[in-house]
Amino acid sequence: MSGAKALGWRLLPQIVALVAILLLIWLSFPGFFTVEMQNGRLYGSLIDVMNRGAPVALLAVGMTLVIATRGIDLSVGAVMAICGAVAASSSVRGDPLVVTLAMSLGIGLLCGLWNGVLVAFLNIQPIVATLVLMVAGRGIAQLITEGAILTFNDPGLIFIGSGSVFGLPMPVVLWLVFGIAVALIVRRTALGLMIEATGVNRRAAMLSGIQAPAFLMSAYMLSGLCAALAGLVVTADIRGADANNAGLWLELDAILAVVVGGNSLLGGRFSIIASLIGAMIIQSVNTGILLSGFPPEFNLIIKAAIIVLILLIQSPRMSHLAAFAKPAGPAAPAVGMQKDKTIERTAP
Amino acid sequence: MNAKTLPLYATLVIFVVAFALCAFQYPSMLSTRVIGNLLTDNAFLGIAAVGMTFVILSGGIDLSIGSVIAFTGVFLAVVLERTSIHPLFAFVLALAIATAFGAVMGAIIHFLEMPPFIVTLAGMFLARGMAFVLSIDSIPIRHPFYATLKSLYWVMPGGGRLTLIGGAMLVVFALGILIAQRTRFGTNVYALGGGAHTAALMGVPVGRTTIGIYALSGFVAGLSGIAYSLYTSAGYSLATVGVELDAIAAVVIGGTLLTGGAGFVGGTLIGVLIQGLIQTYITFDGTLSSWWTKILIGGLLFAFILLQKGILSLSRGGRALSVKGA
Repeated sequence: MSGAKALGWRLLPQIVALVAILLLIWLSFPGFFTVEMQNGRLYGSLIDVMNRGAPVALLAVGMTLVIATRGIDLSVGAVMAICGAVAASSSVRGDPLVVTLAMSLGIGLLCGLWNGVLVAFLNIQPIVATLVLMVAGRGIAQLITEGAILTFNDPGLIFIGSGSVFGLPMPVVLWLVFGIAVALIVRRTALGLMIEATGVNRRAAMLSGIQAPAFLMSAYMLSGLCAALAGLVVTADIRGADANNAGLWLELDAILAVVVGGNSLLGGRFSIIASLIGAMIIQSVNTGILLSGFPPEFNLIIKAAIIVLILLIQSPRMSHLAAFAKPAGPAAPAVGMQKDKTIERTAP
Repeated sequence: MNAKTLPLYATLVIFVVAFALCAFQYPSMLSTRVIGNLLTDNAFLGIAAVGMTFVILSGGIDLSIGSVIAFTGVFLAVVLERTSIHPLFAFVLALAIATAFGAVMGAIIHFLEMPPFIVTLAGMFLARGMAFVLSIDSIPIRHPFYATLKSLYWVMPGGGRLTLIGGAMLVVFALGILIAQRTRFGTNVYALGGGAHTAALMGVPVGRTTIGIYALSGFVAGLSGIAYSLYTSAGYSLATVGVELDAIAAVVIGGTLLTGGAGFVGGTLIGVLIQGLIQTYITFDGTLSSWWTKILIGGLLFAFILLQKGILSLSRGGRALSVKGA
């Protein structure tokens, strides 16, 4: 049972933050926690937060693994646009739903494969490697939609955006099931450990027999698959593919969700569940600002403040200070790890 | 020709060949009018890209410049609309804010030892948010001084106009080349890009240089914001979204190594001009859609990253050989 307890401690700051934000919103908007059943489906602001946060939550799953390998995937927003465009054009052509979904998800995997090859085999820095697709991706998406917003009427495809299963909106079910499935797969097998090893020190991982390139590739491919799913959700939600705006700047929100989830950008230990909570924190802030009547202009400033706060907490310098303040004991190993990381960062 | 200058020459050759091809298809592209417009239309991007070159040379990245440009534009528009201070004084204020903004980001990067990527991401959100708070509308600038500035241009032979902002871009590039090649600060930037640890051991003031680099990037982004407000005669908080990507692409296409430590400010100018040339060609053609610009720039970016990788591995082999020879 110690595993569950450790997970609880790991998630504590994120859960406290989420609850605090939800309570703050509830103070200014008393009806916030009301959830009611209508026509066999749940309605309410809380459900709305989970529904609207679906794209970022889906992206955060893949981004967590990519960041755990000490990488970053800037292209997910553009990949969302590409996959949405592929799905819409396939649906407009009259392909059956299975073909549409398979094509869209396949293209997402292909985009991830491209990023993975650049990072794992050509040894290009992840920021640069994924920048190529980030710049070119929207152009490719526009090429597919021929510059127009493609609209479609396939009820199956629309169901992904606005249908409901067991009373929950389909996007919520998607990210919950997908996120928990991936978390279980990487945690119940040695995969997660190997990804962490690759992120902490790729050379050492290679020397101890881990196929680091294969893990890098699969992390980027998973990120591409997540982007495809998020792209499907966004496209199905508005019943059309908008190559210019689908997933615009969502890569930044996804990275933010991972960072809010307490995962270090320097790679290594990760928690997918924490990233999912991070995504919900971001969406709660967005929804909270809208509900409480604050001008939405403050949204970005609050996000910036959150990043700075997390940077302060995560900073190696601050943990040194904390080590001074606390008596020696449980904090010591954590500081040691952070030190190792700083040395590693400056070494190459 | 050594490994460091090879990407620069490659960029230059691509630009000349591409321009020759364009001119062959549309002879009117050779006129100084087209060249004047090329400089004016890309002035704000070029000015901002100078700062980005320094940041990338030092091994960092600055994602905030697009937002800082938009913030400066909105700030100028709001100040000129609501107060009666002279635009020149407003320029000084805007530049001071942008420089301080960059310096604070540099200080956070250095003192908190955080990756520049995430720090400047916060800066990007903050600057865009401040622009939103100032105004969410597009505010026109009607000050007579702006009209005076816009009427300043030098008529090149052939009727092309070298406008104030186009000229300003060339001046900023000249100053940037001087700073990079002829000052101690420039040498420190290159040293930092070669490796922060090594640089510190050699006696480079890492903290001061890091803060200086991001302050310079902020200052230049502010200058770019002024150029953009002159270009559009308005301030709009949703303007110049994604300019940081164009600037990074220009720097890489210009032959600067994204890992830092090697590259030239002058190359970035050619990188900016190549992007402008693609857009001009699409305008001349008339049937191609503008999204080809993005795809072509992405392709060029990829080609140059591969070129740099190849050169890097070649030069490593070369160095090993020369050591053996010695």
